[in-house]
Amino acid sequence: MLRTFKALVYLLTSIALLVSFETSAFAKKSKTLKKTQKMGFVRCGVSQGLPGFSNADASGNWTGVDVDLCRAVAAATLGDSGKVKFFPLSAKERFTALTSGEIDVLSRNTTWTLSRDADIGLTFVGVNFYDGQGFMVRKSSGITSVNQFKAGVSACTNLGTTTELNMRDFFNSKGIKYEPVTFEKADEVVAAYDAGRCDTYTTDKSGLAAQRIKLSKPGDHIVLPETISKEPLGPVVRQGDAVWEDIVRWSLNVMIEAEEYGITSANADSMKSSENPAVKRLVGAEGELGAAFGLDNDWSLRIIKQVGNYGESYKRNIADTGILPDRGPNQLWTKGGILYVPPAR
Amino acid sequence: MNHRIKSIIPQLLTLLFVVAVIGFFTINAQLNMDERGIDFGYGFLNQESSFDVQFSLIEYDGSHSYAKAYLVGLLNTILVSVLGIIFCTIIGVIVGIARLSPNYLIKNTAAWYVEFFRNVPLLLQIFFWYYAALRALPLPENTEPLFGVTYLTVKGYYIPRFIWENFDILFYSILAAIISIVFVRNYARKLQEEKGQQLPVLLISVGLLLLFPAITFATGMVQLEVALPVLKQLSKTSFIYAEGLSVPPELLALVLALSLYTATFVAECVRAGVQGVSKGQKEAAASVGLTSNQILKLVIMPQALRIIIPPTTNQYLNLTKNSSLAAAIAYPDLVLVFAGTALMQTGRAIEIVSITMLTYLTLSLAISLLMNWYNKKIAIKEK
Repeated sequence: MLRTFKALVYLLTSIALLVSFETSAFAKKSKTLKKTQKMGFVRCGVSQGLPGFSNADASGNWTGVDVDLCRAVAAATLGDSGKVKFFPLSAKERFTALTSGEIDVLSRNTTWTLSRDADIGLTFVGVNFYDGQGFMVRKSSGITSVNQFKAGVSACTNLGTTTELNMRDFFNSKGIKYEPVTFEKADEVVAAYDAGRCDTYTTDKSGLAAQRIKLSKPGDHIVLPETISKEPLGPVVRQGDAVWEDIVRWSLNVMIEAEEYGITSANADSMKSSENPAVKRLVGAEGELGAAFGLDNDWSLRIIKQVGNYGESYKRNIADTGILPDRGPNQLWTKGGILYVPPAR
Repeated sequence: MNHRIKSIIPQLLTLLFVVAVIGFFTINAQLNMDERGIDFGYGFLNQESSFDVQFSLIEYDGSHSYAKAYLVGLLNTILVSVLGIIFCTIIGVIVGIARLSPNYLIKNTAAWYVEFFRNVPLLLQIFFWYYAALRALPLPENTEPLFGVTYLTVKGYYIPRFIWENFDILFYSILAAIISIVFVRNYARKLQEEKGQQLPVLLISVGLLLLFPAITFATGMVQLEVALPVLKQLSKTSFIYAEGLSVPPELLALVLALSLYTATFVAECVRAGVQGVSKGQKEAAASVGLTSNQILKLVIMPQALRIIIPPTTNQYLNLTKNSSLAAAIAYPDLVLVFAGTALMQTGRAIEIVSITMLTYLTLSLAISLLMNWYNKKIAIKEK
């Protein structure tokens, strides 16, 4: 009797301790940064396999533009772009993983929308890929435009995505009754489309281009020219840690601005002696840019040296792999694209 | 006095502990949600859902509310559970009795079936039916009709659709038939008890059940039209069957997997029940001159059912809960529609998961209430 009582008292005290610990101990400036530095790695949520964005090879090495963003954050905060732990997440799991604190950055081809940004405790920090939703069909179907879809068409897509909503808007505006078939994993969608379960596969056009490679006969399928939505994809952080938010945002911006000024992983060190003050600031030879985040002054130099600028990352992951050789809107504003970031000064 | 305190204190402590644990989780969730700027509330249920669902038993599209989407998911879950329960009972009873057959081939086939299907994980079986068996079906344009008017294709099972006129009158006529059957049965029992006469109750029941609806058809009050599936071209190489009713392959795979898996357990319950009735009962019944049909109906089954029902209830509950594996193969059940898409679009994890859990709890309790009522009905009544 007395022993049970004692055990209970212990339990209650430890519960009380746990509560006070959870709520007060970390109420400092950027607790995410502190925690990350203490753990020694950045916890980064990525997709379960989307070539060009986040994809693991046979030996478990992750590559892609979304992966590079996380590597940039690791280079900035920990000094080593390799210190990232990747969490492959389905579309359904991704936000819960972030809000519950399982990961600290979500870099998983995620569309920035008002409701996601405002409603559920998330903050989008920027755009690392401008995309739009499209449709893929079999070449043999003779369909060359979305206007040729007829009532009864079945469309495969991913569960819990903006795609699901856009698809409805699109077919509704055309007055076409359709059958949505939604799977949790992208691989399942591809398999279902490949087996003929669906007449069309719809998702972001970059995704279509990437997934087409996985089909049994990629040449038998085409992506229709129409784009039915805006899909600005970008990294996401939890709401409530403004400093961490800034670190992730500027890790991305630095990569884009480095391309603008022609700084690459190869020439970053020599750029320290550049005439241009903007270039010198980016490689840490002038100003105190890192101090505002609680980082040293070489944080941006490390990003450029270890990960490269945005153009290098795009070329390595998306262009050279044959997914989307044409950069389209994802070109610098100075070269006819819409990549335009605030100045790092 | 001392005794009473001794018995109360542990109860008080347990209560305190439960309250403390619940309190801890509530406060923890509240603090963390506040800190992360997530608000809590069920108001979103009235908002427009703006997503469509592949298969629905009620009128639904994205302009309806999240509450309606919940209902769509719930009905789909109930549909798959009811179909699963019906089929697993039929298969289970047949296989269970087959296992007791004196015929070597029948007995061993049944045994193999049970051992195979109950020892392979259910999720794997669902994947097998969906990805291996049903994916190998032909495209609609290459499909040979099954039973003349139905088509089993990779896009679904297309069957004729019945278009009823005045369906409610037919429904009432069936209801009337059922009520009169109850009266006939009561009368037959009375007749048996008072005069020892026997009425062919089954024959009369079937007759009534056919007669009443037949009258409504004959008088033209109820009319039935059948819409057959017609091949429709969507594009050069893509076809579907329009007009008729389409059963999605996801539903087929799920019902197949759930009923074949659960039937193995039901079969074992049935076998246990029949074997649990002692041999003497059968011999005694035979010695008083009952026919073998009467022995089964009046002596063996009433006793066997008492053994069969409680464990079978468990299997029905398992089947209902296992139906949530639907989410793995895109069948729009409660988990996929509500705890999947709706959760994603609103981001309200705690609200939606709590509603979903409560729903499954309610479903399971309803089934076990029903089965307990039936169990009580057939239990031994001490007189």
